[in-house]
Amino acid sequence: MTMDEITVRLFARFRDLAGAESVAVAVPSGSTVAELRRRLALHWPASAELLTASAVAVNADYASDDRVVGPADEVALIPPVSGG
Amino acid sequence: MVRLTREPIDHAALTEAVRRAGCGAVVTFLGTVRDLTGDEVTVALDYEAYPPMAEAKMAEIEVDVRARWPVGDVALVHRLGRLEVGDISVAVAVSCPHRGQAFEACRHAIDRLKELVPIWKRENWADGRTEWVHPTRTEQPS
Repeated sequence: MTMDEITVRLFARFRDLAGAESVAVAVPSGSTVAELRRRLALHWPASAELLTASAVAVNADYASDDRVVGPADEVALIPPVSGG
Repeated sequence: MVRLTREPIDHAALTEAVRRAGCGAVVTFLGTVRDLTGDEVTVALDYEAYPPMAEAKMAEIEVDVRARWPVGDVALVHRLGRLEVGDISVAVAVSCPHRGQAFEACRHAIDRLKELVPIWKRENWADGRTEWVHPTRTEQPS
């Protein structure tokens, strides 16, 4: 199985939890956002609870769980927003 | 016009910038840093954004507002960085021919901004604790 390494940008509490601006996640090529979420929660359990309340952005827009992601995409975790 | 800025928001200039001869109504909303949340005392808020996405979402809100109301002009500006109590964190200014339209359009724009735009605040409480604000659905007073 070919694997892709996806770099996931982090903000706010996610960045504090990771102590980093991003995390790298290995997923099988052609994986969806749902698979990325599953692997993130598995390999980074501290993120799991906030992850369920969060959105995933692909190329600076909200992405649904069936969106396929690849190493060329800019992926970010968007925890519940609190601007304003 | 949409913008993220680290400088203080000049709300008077922003209001002036959306005025149009065909518009008899201008509504400006300011969000300001409040000193109390429940019993907790805030000293400062730190705002951060995912800038390209935040600007893209703000631009979408501008397009949406223009499609729904006869907008003369609309401006959305959000400040980032450290803000003290009383500072302006966000400003939305809208001009329309009539006041009902302007109030509705402004309300819609700030409501959508708070739902959609990837910006986060961190509370700096008076006792020295800090805490990112990630509201659950039930914690979002409008």
